[in-house]
Amino acid sequence: MPTDSRFSRLPVSEKGLVSICIEGQTVTALEGESVAAAVLQAGVRPTRTTPVTDTGRAPYCMMGVCFDCLMEIDGKPNTQACMTEVRDGMVVKIQLGARQVSGGDL
Amino acid sequence: MAASIRTSCNGSDVAVVGGGLVGLAVALGIQEKGQQVTIYDEGDIAFRASRGNFGLVWVQGKGDSYPAYANLTRLSARLWGDMAASLEESTGIDIQLSQKGGLFICLSENELAQRAKMLEQMALYHTEGYPFEVLDHQQLKEMVPEIGPEVAGATWGPEDGHVNPLYLMRALLKRFTDLGGKLINSGAISTVQPVNGQFHLYSAAGRYVSDKVVLAAGLGNKKLASMVGIEAPIFPNRGQVLIAERVKHFLDYPTGHVRQTAEGTIQCGDSKEDVGLDSGTTTDVLADIARRAVTMFPLLKDVRLIRSWGALRIMTPDGHPIYQQSEQFPGAFLVTCHSGVTLAAAHAGPIADWITQGSPDPVLNLEKFHADRFQV
Repeated sequence: MPTDSRFSRLPVSEKGLVSICIEGQTVTALEGESVAAAVLQAGVRPTRTTPVTDTGRAPYCMMGVCFDCLMEIDGKPNTQACMTEVRDGMVVKIQLGARQVSGGDL
Repeated sequence: MAASIRTSCNGSDVAVVGGGLVGLAVALGIQEKGQQVTIYDEGDIAFRASRGNFGLVWVQGKGDSYPAYANLTRLSARLWGDMAASLEESTGIDIQLSQKGGLFICLSENELAQRAKMLEQMALYHTEGYPFEVLDHQQLKEMVPEIGPEVAGATWGPEDGHVNPLYLMRALLKRFTDLGGKLINSGAISTVQPVNGQFHLYSAAGRYVSDKVVLAAGLGNKKLASMVGIEAPIFPNRGQVLIAERVKHFLDYPTGHVRQTAEGTIQCGDSKEDVGLDSGTTTDVLADIARRAVTMFPLLKDVRLIRSWGALRIMTPDGHPIYQQSEQFPGAFLVTCHSGVTLAAAHAGPIADWITQGSPDPVLNLEKFHADRFQV
């Protein structure tokens, strides 16, 4: 997983830190920010691969419209990372292609 | 002052009113015969069943009380493979045709029994054979392990299939224009006027002249048909569709209610509503569609819905197509149906031949599709 992110945070006033786990790596994120912001800052690329052509994608619109930021978050596949707030202990994985369906056990 | 465009210089030009799946298929078939065809299309404000339909190439149960319609449907299904192959070869567009058979899932034993009876009666009419199977819950589960516990069973039609209707539309249009066919975004054709053996078509953009005219304008056909002496009782019937996110492939066969596209998208819906020219959606109908889909396939419970839409079927009182040449104004043809996908191969083949030559292949029994049947 690359770590040379081109995204850096603006200085912000007092915000708590949370730890999330992205693809097995512990990453520090700011309380209240989205998973998409956290993975961009952490340099995770791609954050998903497409179901049809298996091409890499990363968060794009950051406002819930384009669905390019789909990731597996706390076991839930195809979750919009830009619409999900980080939470301490959260487990985030790259969404590889189409999600599985397995009888509602997910 | 409206512009006047003369498209016809000899006796062979054909105007097709309507650039949906029906108009495109017929237009392509005629253009392939070497006649110059122009499609006049209303544009994307049109009620476009071609963009809202379910994408089934469906045989089982169609024409259950009307053998001519059952025969036409089966003929089209048989011609589909060659049409898809030819479109892919000439345009490079894979329209994702799959004809491995289809399932009509029944939730109750009563529904399954009724459906089995209907298909058994069809088999009596069709002495050449009418293949189907009735599957109880266990037999269905062996075929589709994901089926829900409340499902009574299904009927299986080996001739059924499905296709991507949007790619189909794109491929038909590309092939048509590659062969020299013309598409004019004319706005709605409001008037068709027979003049000395020709036809004058009027829209807000101007007047167009042709030697033959094919009315393939969907719901717009009702008004236009009366202008060439055909009374066509056509009315809208709304279907709503729910689209769920792409998931890993689990469903090999289309069903009458749920299908999985080649890309993995789940499409659900089989509602029928008489609500006039309203192509909107309603929460209660969509909730019912979702409930039935989850009862049939419980694994869809956690799958996210991403889109919904309504679309208007083009219905006749008996649900069967109308194919008719005007007796009063020969050269004017009406082509209207609610199964523009299933019948596309028939439209591009024998129906286009009928319009090109002026006389139909007797095997089609086209007299059975005359609008006169609605007059008591």
